[in-house]
Amino acid sequence: MSTSTATPDASFTLDGEDVPFRPGETILQAAQRAGHYVPHLCWHPEFHPHGSCRVCTVKVNGRAGAACTVQAAAGLAVESSTDELNAHRKTLLQMLFVEGNHFCPSCEKSGNCLLQATAYEAGMEGPHFEEFYPDRPVDASHPDILLDFDRCILCELCVRASADVDGRNIFAIAGHGIDTHLVVNSPSGKLGDTDMTLADRAASICPVGVILPKRRGFAVPIGERRYDVKTVAEPGNQEAS
Amino acid sequence: MTTLAPLYPTHQPRKLKVATVSLAGCFGCHMSFLDIDERILELIEHVEFDRSPLTDIKHVGHCDIGLIEGGLCNSENVEVLRDFRKHCKTLVAVGACAINGGLPAQRNHLDLGEILQDVYGSRTGMSAGSAIPNDPELPLPLNKVHPIHEVVHVDYFLPGCPPPADAFWRFLTDLMAGRTPHLGHGLMHYD
Amino acid sequence: MSTVSSPASTAGPWQAEALDALLARRGRDPHALVQILREAQAMHGWLPRDMQAAIADALGLTLAHVEGVASFYRFFHDRPVGRYRVLFSDNITDRMLGNEALLLDLCRRLGVQRGEVRADDRVSIDFASCTGLCDQGPALLVNHHHVVTRLDAARVAQIAALIESRVPVDEWPADWFAIVDNVQRADVLLGTPLQPGAAIAAALERGADSMLDEMKQSNLRGRGGAGFATGQKWSLCRAAPGAEHYVVCNADEGEPGTFKDRVLLASHADPVFEGMTVAALVVGARRGLVYLRGEYRYLLEHLEAVLQRRREQHLLGASIQGRAGFDFDIEIHVGAGAYVCGEESSLIESLEGKRGTPRIRPPFPVEHGYLGQPTTVNNVETYCAATHIALNGGVWWAGIGTPRSTGTKIHSVSGDCERPGIYEYPFGTSITRILEDCGARDTQAVQVGGPSGVCISAFEFGRRIAFEDVPTAGAFMVFDRSRDMFEVARNFAHFFAHESCGFCTPCRVGTALVAKRMDKLAAGHGSRHDVEVLFELDKLMHTATHCGLGGAACNPLRDTIAKFRPAYEQRLKSLHFEPAFDLDAELSIARAMTHRDDPASHLETER
Repeated sequence: MSTSTATPDASFTLDGEDVPFRPGETILQAAQRAGHYVPHLCWHPEFHPHGSCRVCTVKVNGRAGAACTVQAAAGLAVESSTDELNAHRKTLLQMLFVEGNHFCPSCEKSGNCLLQATAYEAGMEGPHFEEFYPDRPVDASHPDILLDFDRCILCELCVRASADVDGRNIFAIAGHGIDTHLVVNSPSGKLGDTDMTLADRAASICPVGVILPKRRGFAVPIGERRYDVKTVAEPGNQEAS
Repeated sequence: MTTLAPLYPTHQPRKLKVATVSLAGCFGCHMSFLDIDERILELIEHVEFDRSPLTDIKHVGHCDIGLIEGGLCNSENVEVLRDFRKHCKTLVAVGACAINGGLPAQRNHLDLGEILQDVYGSRTGMSAGSAIPNDPELPLPLNKVHPIHEVVHVDYFLPGCPPPADAFWRFLTDLMAGRTPHLGHGLMHYD
Repeated sequence: MSTVSSPASTAGPWQAEALDALLARRGRDPHALVQILREAQAMHGWLPRDMQAAIADALGLTLAHVEGVASFYRFFHDRPVGRYRVLFSDNITDRMLGNEALLLDLCRRLGVQRGEVRADDRVSIDFASCTGLCDQGPALLVNHHHVVTRLDAARVAQIAALIESRVPVDEWPADWFAIVDNVQRADVLLGTPLQPGAAIAAALERGADSMLDEMKQSNLRGRGGAGFATGQKWSLCRAAPGAEHYVVCNADEGEPGTFKDRVLLASHADPVFEGMTVAALVVGARRGLVYLRGEYRYLLEHLEAVLQRRREQHLLGASIQGRAGFDFDIEIHVGAGAYVCGEESSLIESLEGKRGTPRIRPPFPVEHGYLGQPTTVNNVETYCAATHIALNGGVWWAGIGTPRSTGTKIHSVSGDCERPGIYEYPFGTSITRILEDCGARDTQAVQVGGPSGVCISAFEFGRRIAFEDVPTAGAFMVFDRSRDMFEVARNFAHFFAHESCGFCTPCRVGTALVAKRMDKLAAGHGSRHDVEVLFELDKLMHTATHCGLGGAACNPLRDTIAKFRPAYEQRLKSLHFEPAFDLDAELSIARAMTHRDDPASHLETER
């Protein structure tokens, strides 16, 4: 371990650099607090870790794990930005792109989208795999909120926000395997039959363009959007929502 | 230091041959390419255009670089793409449609048969005797729109809808200089 | 439910009173959701949305939650599936015995397409993952309950006739449902008769502490595949603080080619329950749960009867064998078709009435298991072994097998051999020996431990079954030289894609991509590039998945590419690049709509 101001019993190394941590923190929490970037999609500082996107996969003492779920411990040697792990991240991002319908030019979230920004940072130029082109009709039944399931990455942040913050349990996950999908809690399965409001945390938490406010179209000009200005790797810009 | 004769005779690098085409695209990528403005004069010092909307050459010859705009929505797109692949050492998917199908692929959740029936058969206002065009000259549409990397090997992807002129410039200057193209923040975007 | 009556599927309204009674019987406990859904479906044949809503209301859950749980399990249906739901087991061994042709024959006879419901709502027919009857296949499952084995063309014809004449399944010839144990080689677990209660008495005599010491001395390792030391697991569970401690038996024997737990539960249920009871004594549990896979639903009445007898014998219930304070009882939870629930944390989620998604670990179940309490989850065979250890001591057990892999292991042998069935051997037995004993000839490969295990080729048959050499969860599938190992791997690829829980990206998308690539190769459209992509997916899935299922999903691929590479290479259409799909077929709709068949209406395959 290199010299550092951190006390040796409360730090681990991330790609060779000392990262101090507080008791109970995960590797991702500690790394981000220290200003490091570990790519992630389903993790959000306000919520319990989920561990589904696997984009934050690191090697901890040589063993792979999701940085958002592995507890920080003194002396751990964590590798994150290695050629191998970055290649895996790019592949995971390509998987998320091909399993949905990600037509960025038509998406209101473009430029402010965590998936897109993470893919830029990972140098993802093309999809690599064949497109799945799933059929996922939009739900426009709610007066103020649009659901475009084409872009869902199953991070469950909306599920967690609606349950933990809003106390409404509007969303849940259904199906299995490649047919896993987001569902809405109402007799019709439509958002218009729920009591969701634009003020809900769930209405603003989506890191991609699934849950969008209606009547707001491309409000910020191209070139001035969140990830036009700064990359996702920069401190303070690592969350899209 | 005394000047030494080079070990090998230096040669004037020959101009690279470049071909471009728009398949199921809108020519927006080509328009954006032209937005490199006066830099096209510098480019022309290094490249020679083969088949391209810029030259009106109809058949692609042996080329160093092929730039493909647009995805595949019909049989002609497939044939042109294969021809490009056969003739181009380096094939580049340019823009959203070539890369993931883009706007034309928005039809993929619809049934092609129903679309054809609706457009040429059952829509109101059709004149009597209207039918789905079946002239052998017309290329048939594919069941689904596909990005080009699903049909041929693609060497590079230049994303954007369209890719900005500066991205074209960066990409081509890198490629010509023998560097693996790297767009970086600001030039890499999918919209 | 004592007798299951006739096929229950109806498209009509469901019975509100019957549902109320069922909910009341289950105490309106949201943790019983999976059991309630299963029983509700057994009544009505499928789970209409308004019925799901009524269940949600009664349990204080959201409809979306109930929908999420119902749609997770392969055996639950949110639309009618016909009065007869016929599922052909589709393990590779069933394939080798011709299940595909039999399924098509039944479809043809009944006039229904695979995966669809006949217009009169009579019948639907489909494939299912391995039903654990590989030694007597091809097998099928009717209405998620009855099992028919040893299918052949004649029996398929009879089945078609019975369905056409609406004969209830429980009135079909009884001998069709007979399942034989096929025990071909018994050692200590299968060959030693036990007196019910003897092991409990021995454990009580020893006391919990020294019983735990015996377990540690035995060096028994978990029989589910992972091989964690059972004594240590019990010790951790016992030491973990919690208001309650739980003993769970993992009878979700979903690994294709594995059926030894089926035989243990059918014919040796006493030692299994007795082992659970010994575990309860050690860890201080009052409740035990058996997670019985949905495919073994037909064992439920038998197991309930054994439990009831054991209660009457004071081997379960309050003050077991008269020991004041030793209270323990066992209940059975029946799964509903989800391989991933064999993973212990998914299994616990399912026991709690949720989607069987693996939990983030740590914390491990021994600390934070069922209902958040310390829980020891062990395999059926592990509990059976614990019973024998309680009787004979840890040193005795440790003297069998090898030092690092003590005791015996039960193998489920199927595939190309004369005597498929159950074989119990001490650890350290060579693969050659097992092949000789089962009458295998011209063997080119054995898949040990199922698709998530390892593929052993002929030059390795001298290797031994042991944690330190070839570990196994119990499957032993034999392939002779007539078999195409690529097709074996492709069958397994589809299995994993079918069983992925969908939680994490690499498994959800990766298993689908692998299956697609294997199909592309099988159709003769593959290139070397596709094999490279398969390698890449394998590496990613081994590194990045959330649980072991995804991590193991490429094992058959990795092994067969390494050991049977020509089987892949022979399928390559070219060394370069081939389209992801059939180009000419992509013009099929337009050709049909324009009535064209001229040369320009076709896309020739290149070269």
